[in-house]
Amino acid sequence: MIQLENVSKRFGGLTAVHNCSFSIPTGQITGVIGPNGAGKTTVFNMIAGLLQPSSGQIFLDGEDITSLPAHKRQSKGLYRTFQLAHEFSRMTVVENLMVAADSSIGENVFNAIFRPSIFQKHEHAAYDKAMETLRFLEIEKLQDELAGNLSGGQKKLLELGRTLMQTPKVILLDEIGAGVNRSLLSKIAVKIQQLNDDFGYTFCLIEHDLDYVSRLCDEVVVLAQATVLTTGTIDKIKRDERVVEAYFGGGKYEGAHA
Amino acid sequence: MELSGLFFYFVSFLTMAGIYAVICLALNIQWGFGGLFNAGIAGFYAIGAYSAAIITSTAASNNVGGFQQSIFVGMAVAAVIAGLVGWGIARLCVSLKSDYLAMATIGIAEIIRLIIVNEEWLTNGSLGVSNIPRPFEGVFKGQTAEIVFVLFVWMIVLLTYFISHRLHKSPWGRALRAIRDNEDAAESIGKDTHSFRTQTFVIGAIFMALAGALSAHYFKYFSPDATEPILITFLAWVMLIAGGSGNNKGAIAGALIVWAIWSMTEILTGFLPSEWATRSSYMRMLLIGLFLQFVLQRYRSGLLPERAPKLDKLRRS
Repeated sequence: MIQLENVSKRFGGLTAVHNCSFSIPTGQITGVIGPNGAGKTTVFNMIAGLLQPSSGQIFLDGEDITSLPAHKRQSKGLYRTFQLAHEFSRMTVVENLMVAADSSIGENVFNAIFRPSIFQKHEHAAYDKAMETLRFLEIEKLQDELAGNLSGGQKKLLELGRTLMQTPKVILLDEIGAGVNRSLLSKIAVKIQQLNDDFGYTFCLIEHDLDYVSRLCDEVVVLAQATVLTTGTIDKIKRDERVVEAYFGGGKYEGAHA
Repeated sequence: MELSGLFFYFVSFLTMAGIYAVICLALNIQWGFGGLFNAGIAGFYAIGAYSAAIITSTAASNNVGGFQQSIFVGMAVAAVIAGLVGWGIARLCVSLKSDYLAMATIGIAEIIRLIIVNEEWLTNGSLGVSNIPRPFEGVFKGQTAEIVFVLFVWMIVLLTYFISHRLHKSPWGRALRAIRDNEDAAESIGKDTHSFRTQTFVIGAIFMALAGALSAHYFKYFSPDATEPILITFLAWVMLIAGGSGNNKGAIAGALIVWAIWSMTEILTGFLPSEWATRSSYMRMLLIGLFLQFVLQRYRSGLLPERAPKLDKLRRS
């Protein structure tokens, strides 16, 4: 479980996130919604370690990870995808996944040069795991394609695959649906649901599509104007007038309906 | 006689092309795999050349030197010093984004050049270091020595190629290429990008220094003129980009082709009337530029583009 306590982030004079506190419970799918500029991605970047909070603390299973560098959070089981696809464009699809496997022995430069035989077993395991993941995502035919040549939706799948190469605890999905067509989007939803049901992976996703959020998420956190507006189930959220106002802006829609 | 003249011209061509091939392979590790824009190649080349020259020279005039150590000791010292300097620079600069790293490394190479020109007690200033031995000088004389030296150079090329090849296909190389393609995503899967880039910079610096050491032994005399950025940094970049950045074979092919154009045009310009001859070096530069244009128009990723390491061994049908 991830807990944010009074987390704030200021960029110069701009307060992107202000006194934000919420939690991502283990084994659940938590949605983060809010209008553009509400601070959703900034919150994600702080949980993932790409940004340091200006104040406040972040806990993973009770452990304070506020100042842990991004590359060390992965070993705690914390993974993420990016809003704009962050594929390794000049590497093949299967390499994109293999690079996310545990290869610490082969990533030692001395071993890489002088003792390549000692990590062959790990290479086999990494390759097998990568192929298994590609089959799960149904993109195994693309294995030798350069990732840069994939479509936007395929890149999102590939990024999801990258988070599955080791044993994730929490997976943060930053607008996995952005720029993805409807049918692929519902396929991604099925996969997320499956991973949550079968392996108990915890998910936290930023999404604009409320139907998508209501289909997947147990709990929803609404951010508006840099802080948490409210949290609760999707039905409760939908009835909350403040949420409607934050999303659609002071009463305009009511006027249109009348 | 004519034929043997041609043969020894070819030997000297291969010697220099081999030295450039080592620089290119080193640059390929840094830029092709790691995406590190090192525009200060000449600096590391100079460190290697001067370290080897000072350690191995048989006698020194006004500067430190005359240690008469063996060539292998000289090369080891060159590698260690360049590795340490590279490490220090990497600690400071390696997290800079590519174009800023380029500016920083240009500046550092210039600092190194100025130190070499001015610290006469160490380098004998602009007069240069002389009395630098060649490997196996006592055993082989005259033209045989030339052949032995070209073999020695290409042994180093093969060694560099072998190491670079192993690095490329290892998980280390894979992580490095991931960092090159997307740093944030690499961090998100647990890669310590700063550490990988530092290692890459140091490995590249070491091989650039070895190339410098080889050329010091080849020329037997080394002065700051030999570390002109246009001769080292500029040519090495053209070689790698034309040959195929990210491809070790491409790096070697680029070194051979570009050095062929560079050195053979020197012969051609010798036939020009004297008023043209003074402009010859500019014309050669123009030719190299045209060649690069031609290659990049036809082959956008160089003559031998980057290829992913083969995974055949991992496939169980």
